[in-house]
Parts: sequence; C-alpha cells; structure tokens
Amino acid sequence: MQISMTINGKTYAHDVEPRISLAQYLRETLNLTGTHIGCDTSGCGSCTVHVDGAAAKACTLLAVQVDGSEVTTIEGMANGNEMHPIQAAFKENHGLQCGFCTPGMVMTAADILKNNPNASEEEIRHGLEGNFCRCTGYHNIVKSIQHAAEKMNA
Amino acid sequence: MIPAKFDYKRASSVSEAISLLGEHGSEAKVVSGGHSLVPAMKLRMSRPEVLIDIKRIPGLDTITEEGDEIVIGANCTHSQVMRSEVVQNHLNIVYQAVSKIGDVQIRNRGTIGGSLAHADPSSDYPAVVLACDATIEVEGKEGKRSIPATEFFLGLFWTALAEEEIITAIRFPKVANGTYQKFFQSASRFAVVGVAAVQDGDGVKVGITGVAGTPYRATAVEDAYSGSADAAEHAVDGLEDLMSDHFADETYRAHLAKVMVKKALDAL
Ligand SMILES: Cc1cc2nc3c(=O)[nH]c(=O)nc-3n(C[C@H](O)[C@H](O)[C@H](O)COP(=O)(O)OP(=O)(O)OC[C@H]3O[C@@H](n4cnc5c(N)ncnc54)[C@H](O)[C@@H]3O)c2cc1C
Ligand code: FES
Ligand code: FES
Repeated sequence: MQISMTINGKTYAHDVEPRISLAQYLRETLNLTGTHIGCDTSGCGSCTVHVDGAAAKACTLLAVQVDGSEVTTIEGMANGNEMHPIQAAFKENHGLQCGFCTPGMVMTAADILKNNPNASEEEIRHGLEGNFCRCTGYHNIVKSIQHAAEKMNA
Repeated sequence: MIPAKFDYKRASSVSEAISLLGEHGSEAKVVSGGHSLVPAMKLRMSRPEVLIDIKRIPGLDTITEEGDEIVIGANCTHSQVMRSEVVQNHLNIVYQAVSKIGDVQIRNRGTIGGSLAHADPSSDYPAVVLACDATIEVEGKEGKRSIPATEFFLGLFWTALAEEEIITAIRFPKVANGTYQKFFQSASRFAVVGVAAVQDGDGVKVGITGVAGTPYRATAVEDAYSGSADAAEHAVDGLEDLMSDHFADETYRAHLAKVMVKKALDAL
C-alpha cells in the first residue's frame, strides 16, 4: 500500500506491506535506526516516537495506520549540532549507560514535559512507566528530566 | 515479530465499515488503536485476512454532554478521555480508571471502544461501565441498538457484539460519587483486581474486573451494603469462573477482591 508521512520535517512516500510496523519502516526502509526495537511487544518503550505530537510505541503501530501523520523520531530532536535540552540533560546527568533505552526515554520525557512542564519527580516516574532501562536504575534518568524541565522553563 | 499477511482497508464511515465487515465475514476484523489487536497479530494469536481501520471515521472521537449523560465516542483514546474536563467533572470515576491504564504511550493510542470490544478480563473499563450502568451503543447491518453494560460481557474476550457490529459510543449517566480502585499486575500494569463503586442513593453499585473470566456486578455486595458493615466479604459470592494464574491463584485473588471492594466502599 502507498503511504506518505512527514518524518522529522521531511516528507517520505513508499509502497509498504500493511503488516510492517512503523518501527520497522523507520529502521529498515528509512535507515532511521535511532528508534530501537527492544521487546517488539509494546512493553519496553525503546521504540517510542511521536505521532502527531504524542508519544507512541512504534513497534505496535502499523505503518499504514499512521499514513499521513507527522512523526518525530530521536533523529529529529536536535537542532543541527545543538542537542535538544532533554538530550543535553541526559548527557550532563549521566542519564544513560549503554544507551539502548535512551531514545525512547528522551521521546517519552518530551511528551511528559509537553503536557506537564512542571512535572514533579513522582509525575515523571509515573510518566516513565512504559519505558524500561536495564542499566541506570532510573535515578539519573529522572534527574535528567528534572534538569531539562528547569532549563526549558527558564 | 511480523503478523501474518492481511489486506488493509480504511473505512471512512460507519456504514462503510459495516458493509466491509459484511463483505469479508469472519475473515475480517476492525482495528481502532490496535493496541490489543496488533500485539495479538504479531504473536499470530490473531490472523485476520482483512483489517478494517475505523480510527479515522469522523464523529466517533467526540465527548459530549447531553443533559444528565456523557457520551464518549468509541474512538476516543484513553489520553483524550483522561484530559476531558467534562469527564473529570461529571465522570470522575472514568478519569480515575483511564489514568491507570497502561502507560503514557498506550493511553495515547488505545481506545474505549477497542477496550470494551476486546473484553480482556483484566482490563479496567469493564468494571467502570458496569458500576455506572453505562450503555454500549452499537451499529450493524440490522441498524442501531443500545446494549446495557450489564448485558454486554458474556465471557473471556467475548461480548454481545454481533460479528458485523461495531461500537460507536458509550453513554454514561453522570456520576457524582464514584471510585476506581486497582491492584496492578506489577509487570504489565493490567489489573489483577479492579473495583469500580458508584454511590446510588442509599445503595451502591459495584463492578469488578480481573477476578472472573467475565467482569461482573457484585450484586451480593450491593444487597448487603446498607445493612452490613462487612458487605465486602460478599465480593466473590456465587462466582463460577474465578481466574487463577501465576500472579494470583484463586484463593489469593478471592481475598484480594474482598480487600479491594472494602477499599472502594471506604473511598466513597
Ligand atoms: C503494554 C500494554 C499495557 C496495557 N495496559 C492496560 C491496562 O492496564 N488496562 C487496560 O484496560 N488495558 C490495557 N491495555 C490495553 C489497551 O487499553 C488497549 O488499547 C485497548 O484495550 C484496546 O483498544 P484499541 O483501540 O487499541 O483496540 P484494537 O486493538 O484496535 O482492537 C481490539 C479489539 O476490539 C475490536 N474493536 C476495536 N474497536 C472496535 C469498535 N469500535 N467496535 C467493535 N470492535 C472494535 C477489534 O476488532 C479487536 O478485536 C494495555 C495494552 C498494552 C499494549
Ligand atoms: S520495542 Fe516497542 S515497546 Fe519494546
Ligand atoms: S542505559 Fe542501558 S538500558 Fe537504559
């Protein structure tokens, strides 16, 4: 089926099989491999992207379902060479170790702060319920998001 | 993981969805958020040959106040319901339940219609529609009908929906005093036990999910409520399909049901 999407501001059109997930489409057709696939069953959140401004798990969306949408992936967060404040905060606060979960964490964090710019620590922790990290113990991830919020609200 | 092959069709109206369902029969399935169906298709537990996407049908994603009632369109996502002021003000029990569904990403895609049609025995909405005495509005080949929530759930993943019917909206009476209490399964965040309770004059209406294969109204609790301080003890009276799994065996689950009903009654 012919689909078209605006991804990180650029419009793409492809003929895809209906059974291909958005995550596969991003990674395998567009080579946007920043969107990771961990569990592939909607549990871990490493595939999180934004679809029309809202965080979603790309492994559990068929590309055809989001035909015509605006998608933002981790590759679309930085402004040229300048990291997005959330990315910068993860770097400064040791919010990552192996980095596998990080793209999903950053995308979910952006959704949390968009809807609740002054999210409390507890609200951030609840907001991350759908994202697993095997390395950090979450502490520095939460700290990163709190720091990012301070910068973004300043 | 990749689903088995299927044809994808997008319906632009309820009548088109119904005629596509009629055309393809039991080979077809509708999809809305896809957050129950797509995982099942990836695991090949579900292999529809035709997928009919109803998510873009205009008019199925609105929340409206109609006198003493609130009507929530079938395609409303959990996030949309959660953020609705009408829901927060007049149907706070629904707000409490949806804000406990899954996680941010799931709530951004999953829908009320999909959740009810799927009838997962551990999902949250069933308890709430039961306690609220909501009505499920459906449309099919034979026209429209309204199914009372108490007649909607027939068993495990089984509802009163006919093969060629789709849910268009859920009609709730406004609820002044209601509560939803959920005991989370710690990995999946689904309910091990979920209890919805609504104050009804001097009485109470109680809907329970997670405990039995079919969500149910705890009528024994409701009958005992006004007279007895230990009404919650009747939470599983007469139940025949008590669930048991590695998270909660029958004895534990029955006990937890009583504890959660007590919590709900105390919270009213
Ligand atoms: C990781 C994860 C965690 C979750 N946690 C919870 C939780 O804690 N609590 C909870 O309650 N749920 C939970 N869910 C389920 C989630 O809420 C689902 O999105 C929801 O149950 C189904 O809605 P959907 O729109 O995605 O349905 P779909 O997946 O699109 O459809 C589900 C079924 O309903 C049918 N259907 C869909 N819409 C209609 C309609 N309008 N009329 C008739 N049939 C229709 C489809 O044919 C299919 O059989 C979770 C899901 C995931 C992936
Ligand atoms: S890969 Fe999508 S949630 Fe794990
Ligand atoms: S940093 Fe390794 S999984 Fe999170």
